[in-house]
Amino acid sequence: MNNLYENRKFAISLTLILIALIFIIKLFYLQILNTSYRLSAENNVIRYVPQFPARGLIFDRNGKLVVHNEAAYDLMVIPSQLEVFDTTGLCEILMTEKEEFIENLKAARAYSPYIPSSIIKQINPKTYAKLQEKLYRFPGFYVHTRTLRKYSQDIAAHLLGYVGEVTEKEIAKDDYYKMGDYIGKSGIEKSYETDLRGQKGVKMYLVDVHNRIKGSYQNGRHDKDPVVGSNLTATFDADLQAYGEKLMQNKIGSIVAIEPSTGEILSLVSAPGYKPSLLVGRVRSKNYLALARDTLKPLFNRALMASYPPGSTFKTLNGLIGLQEKTLYPSMTYSCTMGYHARGLTVGCHDHRSPLNLPSAVQISCNAYFCNVFRNILDSGKYTDIHESFDAWRNYLLSFGFGQKISLDLPNELKGFIPKTSYYDRYYGKKGWSSLTIISLAIGQGELGITPIQLANMTAAIANRGHYFSPHIIKAVAGRDDNKERFMKRHNTMIDSIHFAPVIQGMELAVNGAPGSGSTARIAKIDSIIVCGKTGTAQNPHGKDHSIFIAFAPKDNPEIAIAVFVENGGFGSTFAAPIASLMIEKYLKGNIKKNRKWIEDRMLNTDLIHGEQKK
Amino acid sequence: MVSRRNSVFANLDWMVIFLYFVLISWGVINIFSAEFNETTQNFFDFSLRSGKQMIWIAAALVLAMLILIIDSRFYIYFANPLYILMVLALLAVLVVGVEINGSKSWFVIGPVRIQPSEFAKVVTSLALAKYLSNPNIKLSRVKDLVIPLAIIFLPAMIILLQPDTGSTLVYFSLILVLYREGLPGVYVAIGLALAVLFIVTLLFDKLIIVSSLILLAFTIYFFLERRKKNFFIGLGLFLVTGGLVLGINQVLPEKFSIYYVLLITLLISGTIFLVLSLFHKLKYIILLLIILVGAVGFTYSVDYVFHNILEDHQQKRINVVLGIESDPLGSGYNVNQSKIAIGSGGFSGKGYLRGTQTKFNFVPEQSTDFIFCTVGEEWGFLGTSGLILVFATLLLRLIILAERQKTAFNRIYGYAVFSIILFHFTINIGMTIGLVPVIGIPLPFISYGGSSLWAFTILLFIFLRLDASRNEFL
Repeated sequence: MNNLYENRKFAISLTLILIALIFIIKLFYLQILNTSYRLSAENNVIRYVPQFPARGLIFDRNGKLVVHNEAAYDLMVIPSQLEVFDTTGLCEILMTEKEEFIENLKAARAYSPYIPSSIIKQINPKTYAKLQEKLYRFPGFYVHTRTLRKYSQDIAAHLLGYVGEVTEKEIAKDDYYKMGDYIGKSGIEKSYETDLRGQKGVKMYLVDVHNRIKGSYQNGRHDKDPVVGSNLTATFDADLQAYGEKLMQNKIGSIVAIEPSTGEILSLVSAPGYKPSLLVGRVRSKNYLALARDTLKPLFNRALMASYPPGSTFKTLNGLIGLQEKTLYPSMTYSCTMGYHARGLTVGCHDHRSPLNLPSAVQISCNAYFCNVFRNILDSGKYTDIHESFDAWRNYLLSFGFGQKISLDLPNELKGFIPKTSYYDRYYGKKGWSSLTIISLAIGQGELGITPIQLANMTAAIANRGHYFSPHIIKAVAGRDDNKERFMKRHNTMIDSIHFAPVIQGMELAVNGAPGSGSTARIAKIDSIIVCGKTGTAQNPHGKDHSIFIAFAPKDNPEIAIAVFVENGGFGSTFAAPIASLMIEKYLKGNIKKNRKWIEDRMLNTDLIHGEQKK
Repeated sequence: MVSRRNSVFANLDWMVIFLYFVLISWGVINIFSAEFNETTQNFFDFSLRSGKQMIWIAAALVLAMLILIIDSRFYIYFANPLYILMVLALLAVLVVGVEINGSKSWFVIGPVRIQPSEFAKVVTSLALAKYLSNPNIKLSRVKDLVIPLAIIFLPAMIILLQPDTGSTLVYFSLILVLYREGLPGVYVAIGLALAVLFIVTLLFDKLIIVSSLILLAFTIYFFLERRKKNFFIGLGLFLVTGGLVLGINQVLPEKFSIYYVLLITLLISGTIFLVLSLFHKLKYIILLLIILVGAVGFTYSVDYVFHNILEDHQQKRINVVLGIESDPLGSGYNVNQSKIAIGSGGFSGKGYLRGTQTKFNFVPEQSTDFIFCTVGEEWGFLGTSGLILVFATLLLRLIILAERQKTAFNRIYGYAVFSIILFHFTINIGMTIGLVPVIGIPLPFISYGGSSLWAFTILLFIFLRLDASRNEFL
């Protein structure tokens, strides 16, 4: 028998007894000696109260406070701790319908008897004061404080975005969020959610049978302090933004202004817009529904999501491509006989002097000139066929940010549309198209989908003579030292900087040319600032042409590049150019000079929306 | 003979059976409480876990009866075929199993879910007993250790793939069986030393550990060596090599950290010194060097495994127990909540069904792995120490029963039953009171769950069956 090792049974038994003894000693300590774990009364409970940090504030580029917070109170309930209570009395204090209250209570019970649910949200401070006095009569209820957004100036709704309760989908994606938490839903609030929200904390309280908080549990040893959200400094100028929104009132369209040297968005207006305060608090869902049903789509951010043909503003780019491809020289002239005529096809033009060189062609916006430029690019001997040359042309466009999302931090941006060769192959067959088939691209018409922010970005790239920084709306997150790397993303276009001079000269002439010289945008001229601009008039299937204007100023060391779209506004010079020039003047000078006040009045008083409806 | 065979019930150890009934009924009572709220008032509601547990118990009792009726020799003769079947089942579950809570360890057949790894413990114990009962096996011989260790760790390895760390660790408890059967105590000591080294590795910086190991080795050597000249040769060799390596490292474009400098120094000077000692036949120096290098290698690999192989939540759980991290809402959350719940019970508890912390909202896995919290909160110190005494009595009784067996097979199997229950008992209660890492294994007979209850019932009743016929083969 293997009893050689029988003595080991003692060691084994001893191990067992030792373990049992250690357990009992530890339990004696936990349950009897250490009173901190014990609750004083039988029915005391620990309540976990999440601590919501204040959301980060948002300042404009000049340090002006734009978004801050105010307190709001939610009535919470833990159904399992409820006792029979005076429902009518509570509803009277809260000024709510009894039916609605009972309905909410049922929903809370169904969600969980133990986990707190909020049943009345965002009680105002006055009601809260009354409620607090009476709360002892309602065991199972308590109030917790949250913050709501408040706006110093009711502007920039599309940029700022709004905050709303998390959806189940969002909870499933990020387990930071719990039912009833708030999250940024659009704009800055969404893209900087993790910076703005801070870190939730939790406090553990002892609560007695009378629903009174007896104090923090174990002196807060298990508590976690909330961390306040980081403040953001935005790139926009609140005054300029407010001014832009005013200029665009009663119009459909958008303004995007960018600081070329940094890519900072100075202003981004989408009209018609709405006031951000409409989407805060208890009125949010009602207002949201109304805005969503509005046929003018005020929730739709046209500056990022509407795509238009760029019209004649695109001539600047085609000129630059021609120069880079060496199929065009600044002094090269083409004549124009009321348009461009080739193989029975005509692209019409207005009556002007002829022939023109490149700067004058930009100044006067000659269609024929740029049809020649465009065909020379595509039909140059450098490429074997139209597919190859078209791809080369398309790559220039991509290098300016077209056909892709360009903003660093604005959500829901559209890519726009730059056709590929396959697109034309599908329509015309592989051999069925030539430079003439797509001639309308020469003057920014045809199959182009460009968003206002992309066009403003192109303008910035021209202003910079060949490069741009990704447009962005936030320039600094407080408490971080990587702001520069995070926000400054430089991109070079495929055009060498030496080629920009003649095109910019044309843009300068378009605004500042002598009277009678054929300048298309003299209305945009501002004394003492050299504005360089280019008008555009985009044909579209939805009625009157869109009025478009791009500009930057001053000519040397530009501080602002801007693109303005006014839907169905007619010629570029009618609405877009004056609005752009007013924005530039406002930004660079601070106010509008007396001799240009009439332009401002005309813009403010024009009603393109209701005027149209009257017809 | 005949009369003896028929009197299984007369020879049963009724004390164990009594304790078994105490535990399972105690379990179901607490499972009901863990789930209790004002809407669930009926104890026999079969949609509740307590109701379901009653069904599992009924089935377990039927199983127990069947086990007692079957001839005890069945378990001996079929130990190996059952073992092979079980390995196949464990492999099959990796392929066709269903993943629940992150581990693929369940067969789902209609409404029934079975976890084969629970039953694998029983079969492994039988196979181990069968192999070790061969009187020619001497566990003091290294080559005789290979097969028993293979029997134990083959299923453990497969279960680790599921992955189910808790169930894998259970197999380590069978080392205790090997110890009882003659595994040299020095191995157990080495095992314990490694465990200590393991914990120390996680607690302290590896540079500190390696330096102190080297220092310790030199100190021991200093006292062992009678000719101090040799000691100083060794020390000098180490220092010179260290200086050289450090110098070379300074010149390198990509510098290694001091830790690696030390490792390389140890490796080079150790090898030279080893060769020298071999020449002079200094046996204990060789042994010392091997132990030192082994220990350093061990800390290195622990560090590597911990940071590169263990998953994040596993690292954290180990860290919490070692007091490295204490984040009440993070990985320490379960343990903290569980300690609060148990601590709030006080001396006599809050009373049955009157717990406030052990309802579903605070402590997770309330009716399964953390059932001990409910006991602690509602029954207080009286309840918890009572339960520990019941377990301790059962386990001690199992030792007595095992020791009174007349065949090696019965005794070994008895110790396997003891070891497995002891391990579950230690880890489960230990984790709820914060003494060991949170490893998700159930408290035997108490925790909710059919597979676990049935497996422990089978494990225990096979032993009772063997015990009842212990005199048959005389």
